[in-house]
Amino acid sequence: MNPNPPPAASPSAPPFSGRRLLALVRKEGLQVVRDPSAILIAFVLPVILLFLFAYAVSLDIRQVPIGLVLATEDPQAQSLAAAFAGTRYFRVTPARDPREVVAGVETGTLDGLVMIPADFARRLADPRLGPLVEIVTDGSQPNTANFVANYAQGVVTGWAQGQGLAPAPLVDLRPRFWFNPEIESRRFLVPGAIGIIMTMIGTLLTALVLAREWERGTMEALLATPARVAEILLGKLLPYFVLGLLATLGSAALAIGVFGLPLHGSWGALLLLSAVFLVPALGQGLVISAIARNQFIAAQVALFTGFLPAFLLSGFLFEIDSMPAPIRAITLVVPARYFIASLQTVFLAGDAWAVFLPNMAAMLTIGAVFFVLARAKTRKSLDP
Amino acid sequence: MSAAPDRGIVLTGVAAGAAGNVLDAVAAGAAGTLLDAVASALETAQDAPAPAVHLAGVTKTFGPVQALKDLSATIQPGRLTGLVGPDGAGKTTLMRLMAGLMMPSAGTIQVLGLDTRRDTDRLADLVGYMPQRFGLYEDLSVMENLRLHGALRGMDPARQGSAFDRLLAFTRLEPFTRRLAGDLSGGMKQKLGLACALLGTPRVLLLDEPGVGVDPISRQDLWEMVAALTDQGLAVVWATAYLDEAERCATVLLLNEGQLVFAGPPGDLTRRIAHRSFRLTAPTGDRRELLQRALDLPAVCDGVLQGAALRVVLRGEGPHRDISEGTSEGTSEMNPEETHEVTSEGHPKATYEGSAEGYSKGTSERTPEGSAAALHDVTADASPGLAALQALAAEINARLEPVPPRFEDAFVDLLGGGPGGTSGLAARMPPVDLGLAAVVECRHLTRHFGSFTAADDVSFQVRPGEIFGLLGPNGAGKSTTFKMLCGLLKPSAGEARVAGLDLRRASGQAKGRLGYMAQKFSLYGLLSVRQNLAFYAGVQGLEGQVRRGRIAEMIDTFQLQPFLDRAPEELPLGYKQRLALACALMHRPPVLFLDEPTSGVDPLTRREFWTHINGLVRKGVTILVTTHFMDEAEYCDRMALMYQARVIALDTPDALKAAVALHPGEQPTMEQAFIRLIERNGGSEEATANQPNPAIQVTQTSQENSGRETTGTKPTTLAMPLTGPSKELRDRGRRESEQPRPAA
Repeated sequence: MNPNPPPAASPSAPPFSGRRLLALVRKEGLQVVRDPSAILIAFVLPVILLFLFAYAVSLDIRQVPIGLVLATEDPQAQSLAAAFAGTRYFRVTPARDPREVVAGVETGTLDGLVMIPADFARRLADPRLGPLVEIVTDGSQPNTANFVANYAQGVVTGWAQGQGLAPAPLVDLRPRFWFNPEIESRRFLVPGAIGIIMTMIGTLLTALVLAREWERGTMEALLATPARVAEILLGKLLPYFVLGLLATLGSAALAIGVFGLPLHGSWGALLLLSAVFLVPALGQGLVISAIARNQFIAAQVALFTGFLPAFLLSGFLFEIDSMPAPIRAITLVVPARYFIASLQTVFLAGDAWAVFLPNMAAMLTIGAVFFVLARAKTRKSLDP
Repeated sequence: MSAAPDRGIVLTGVAAGAAGNVLDAVAAGAAGTLLDAVASALETAQDAPAPAVHLAGVTKTFGPVQALKDLSATIQPGRLTGLVGPDGAGKTTLMRLMAGLMMPSAGTIQVLGLDTRRDTDRLADLVGYMPQRFGLYEDLSVMENLRLHGALRGMDPARQGSAFDRLLAFTRLEPFTRRLAGDLSGGMKQKLGLACALLGTPRVLLLDEPGVGVDPISRQDLWEMVAALTDQGLAVVWATAYLDEAERCATVLLLNEGQLVFAGPPGDLTRRIAHRSFRLTAPTGDRRELLQRALDLPAVCDGVLQGAALRVVLRGEGPHRDISEGTSEGTSEMNPEETHEVTSEGHPKATYEGSAEGYSKGTSERTPEGSAAALHDVTADASPGLAALQALAAEINARLEPVPPRFEDAFVDLLGGGPGGTSGLAARMPPVDLGLAAVVECRHLTRHFGSFTAADDVSFQVRPGEIFGLLGPNGAGKSTTFKMLCGLLKPSAGEARVAGLDLRRASGQAKGRLGYMAQKFSLYGLLSVRQNLAFYAGVQGLEGQVRRGRIAEMIDTFQLQPFLDRAPEELPLGYKQRLALACALMHRPPVLFLDEPTSGVDPLTRREFWTHINGLVRKGVTILVTTHFMDEAEYCDRMALMYQARVIALDTPDALKAAVALHPGEQPTMEQAFIRLIERNGGSEEATANQPNPAIQVTQTSQENSGRETTGTKPTTLAMPLTGPSKELRDRGRRESEQPRPAA
């Protein structure tokens, strides 16, 4: 007679169902394939970023325009001037009088002046008369100014040694650049860019797609089903984990095939590092979406806590060792820092497990913290 | 407790009497006696069905806001329970609490014996929940959505196929299985959402505002589906802000401002105002003036326009308001604890006492039979209130006849009656006379968005001092037409004139002649009330003395003084609406455009709003209103019915209703007229999909049968019949559903 047998009779749902997880993964996969914004972030954005860092954003300085004032006909002075003109780092505008080129420095068309004085020969003979050449740099651009000063000095030293004029230095200082012999910034920027891309996919995309579920009300429907929180979260993470690895492979292939980057380490190490990095990146995305539940806020928070630190505090653009101590301390909790350092190693040096292992341990630790936070914040409830 | 007379709260089957007492006790909020009541009910009738949902003292707070206040009720299996109330009453919160998606701040909720606090995980297996906006993945196809929910609800993959087939037949979505959910119409989305919620074997089905954004035909379809589901023994809860939907439910929980103000069959509430509802039909004269005069009678509790006629509800008598009596008139041995009416103490609007004193107890009010009693029965011992109304009718030579009460009448009565009929706003407005034959005029107005035609060859003229309605379901082209008339969208073809100005050439000037009140009021949340007024005055180009004068006038007219430094969000809904109206009228426009002005708004606020609008119209202001709300349609002098970008009918409400009457005596409702007009205009995907559904066993669709026996032998699983009922049965179901609703 009773249409409602006591619910106790119905078997309690198993705590975790692989079938439900599979259904969620399948659904997410379909959404990724159909959602242009996911494709954009996972595949188009990496290509743009890689091209940007490989070509547009270069920290190398080439062909710096300088003025070269040569106030003497002395043959030795002439050969020094020729040494300046011959280096590929400078594009020289020759002049007889400083007044001809000072205006160039003032307007910014020239980044510095090298002046070879009229009494060059005498100074060469007697260093007590004063410096051999005078170098004027544009202090408003410190990087370039340093570069001009250092390189000009290098040119002069090299020239003097070539002439057999300079006393042989007590210490023969010959810079040799390991790992990146041509000091091409591309070689360390591209691995860094891969780190940024992975942060975008892991953190931004995950935060966005979860926030979208809240916004569109589909999360409410999902929560009302017997699906467990762990299934819902894992169902979100697995597809984006795979997507992140695919994007890494694509970016690495692009870096090696198109930008001619060497891969001194192994693909296996590269993939393992990427997989480990995705743990904190995805975890961070989960935490953000659990708190924000709104796509706009989620995107903002992901940019400020994921993308910007990965950009500024990871050693990607700015060396961590030259940061002030408090900032250095902050970089310790930026997972991208460990990832980018490892990536640069795997690309430029090789499989240095002594470097990778502590870095992976750090990333996993941060990731674990994020996951604990996400699990605590994502309850099966709409209560704020 | 044994011999409690059955007062229409027949629950189910043999134990109706005892179970009824449980419901009463719970509804009365007597949490202490609740357990006793349950125990005694179980003792007296072991067969009594366990309630599907048991709410005891449920309170839910969000920060300082109390969304639900000490709410106690039960929801029975095998019946359709309406969760009814205006926006912000707490419906969605209660739905989420019952689905286990939120936890109550106080009190307990038991769903099928499971405490939502402790057994959240097991609850999900037994409850089907369709959130607002249906909770569908729009980038997945119909079938993919079904598969996902099937897997999530742990359906056996081997049996999934036949279950899907059954549900697709039930919802008539078979032709669309490969279509993305985002590309479905509102009605089809709703059916898919329902299908997803029905996967697995839920025993409680929670539908949160399933009727919103859905055309009336699909809505009617859904009613039939739900009727079939309750026949299977499911408890179905249907949340709605439309009070007319309440009348279709077997039981209603009526919420207002987080409080349960009524629980029981809707007929019980309407019965309280039996013999107090009248239609006043004046042969000539201004029906709005008549409404104002009627509403200003102290005996009149509520009045609305209904086409050319007037619907008036008289106030009840003083003692009737006593909460200890509730619905119990006519049954002398009633016990105060068993009343349906929930105490509304502390409710700000519940100041009934004394307002209607002095009326004698008319015995006619106590007859328990329906409201079909003839007028002479009422007049036999007419109350002074009725006498006053009769005097008014006699004076203007109008016909006065009793009509069956509606649920909304009863709700307004419960809230203490509507506002008076005189608008302070209109009193201050100078009369408007533009000297034009047509104030708003559009000819062959067409608008394309890419390959999609949003408005197709729309033509109509609005006369001065007329309320003209654009009526239609979402996506019919109302808003597009409206935006073109406001000068916000350029037409692809055709022309439009507002206040004699061509919108193509002088859209700026035209905008200066019209007032516009947008949906959801469009007030600036970060500005105070005073600043909002000042801003709108400035935007309308008012300056100096005039500006200060108008602002002061609006503050005075709408009694905004106490709220001037508050943010609009903090205002009570009624004041928010006043403020929005004040902002739109600051420059005294001769034309006023209203976009869905009162959908979801509580009936008292809605009545006050229309009092102002009626007052403005009497001053010669022309009103253009878009709505999908059938009640608002009744206020219109004429209206254009839009469907799929075209105007399919244009006439007065009465003429539209008369045009679709199946036989001379029939008086179809506006909604029925709407449905039939669209059906006549069929040929759409939707319409062809709305042929009688063989998968639905429509056994009983009329209100009369809602309290019938449904329990006992019926299986609890969702065993939708694969083969339909006989054609005869199906036809009977159709016929019944098309007949006018019998008065309860």
